[in-house]
Amino acid sequence: MPTQDQELLARIAEGEEAAFTELVQLHHASMVRIAMLYVSSASVAQEVVQETWLAVLKGIDRFEGRSALKTWIFRILTNRAKTRGQREGRSLPFSALGKEDQEPAVDPARFNSKGRWADPPSTWEVTTPEAVMERGQAMEALQAALEELPPQQQAVVRLRDVEGWDSQDVCNVLDVSETNQRVLLHRGRSKLRKTLAEHMARTGR
Amino acid sequence: MMPNCQQITELVTEYLEGAMSFTDRMMFQAHIAMCPSCKNYLRQMELTVESTGEISPEPIPDEVSRELMEAFRGWKHGGDPGA
Repeated sequence: MPTQDQELLARIAEGEEAAFTELVQLHHASMVRIAMLYVSSASVAQEVVQETWLAVLKGIDRFEGRSALKTWIFRILTNRAKTRGQREGRSLPFSALGKEDQEPAVDPARFNSKGRWADPPSTWEVTTPEAVMERGQAMEALQAALEELPPQQQAVVRLRDVEGWDSQDVCNVLDVSETNQRVLLHRGRSKLRKTLAEHMARTGR
Repeated sequence: MMPNCQQITELVTEYLEGAMSFTDRMMFQAHIAMCPSCKNYLRQMELTVESTGEISPEPIPDEVSRELMEAFRGWKHGGDPGA
């Protein structure tokens, strides 16, 4: 078990409220997002997440640390969300890729018949994430584009790129194959790049 | 065969994920080395990923924090946290 997890768990076991708050702050929003993939409404998703936290507290003594704490928590979540979704007659979210996951990364009209750039990507003035952040509007555009991604792409991009999870953890928690995870990540990232590119073109020289 | 520019834009995530075979990786890198536009595109994808990492986490509604904290206190005092 990672040391970070161990420390946090020890503090929670001692009843330290700040430690539990830390854990909730870290994962709650992602948990709601993921629960939403399985169930019919935001309020049901909220319920499932609440139940998950209670189950986490109940089971925390029995957590053996064979997986990371977050993986354990999110597995409880997806199991509960799955059961709930099935009762609602919904199909599993990652069982198949959708049409929106097969779109090209770049408009085919931008390439010639040999597949070479006819309309190459323009040069961005910014070269670091810090510089992107300094352009508040670029970050707003990026965030809005993330919100607009199809739910499955969004879940993968959020876990991987916003939360910094590795691909194995994402595959485990979402029950998605390596390949499909990569496809979802690719579509999501490609759309976000396009948004930033449009923003850079508008504000550039 | 070396991928063309359009193929590069579809392979970029596989490349960044380190999910390519040795040969495919060599081909990808050879194309990037010769093609400033694709090199630019790859850099833009990297910058997009890095910038996405700067998006701040979503806040939790106060009401939710309060409810969870109550459950925690119940649990702490040896009670059943509920459901």
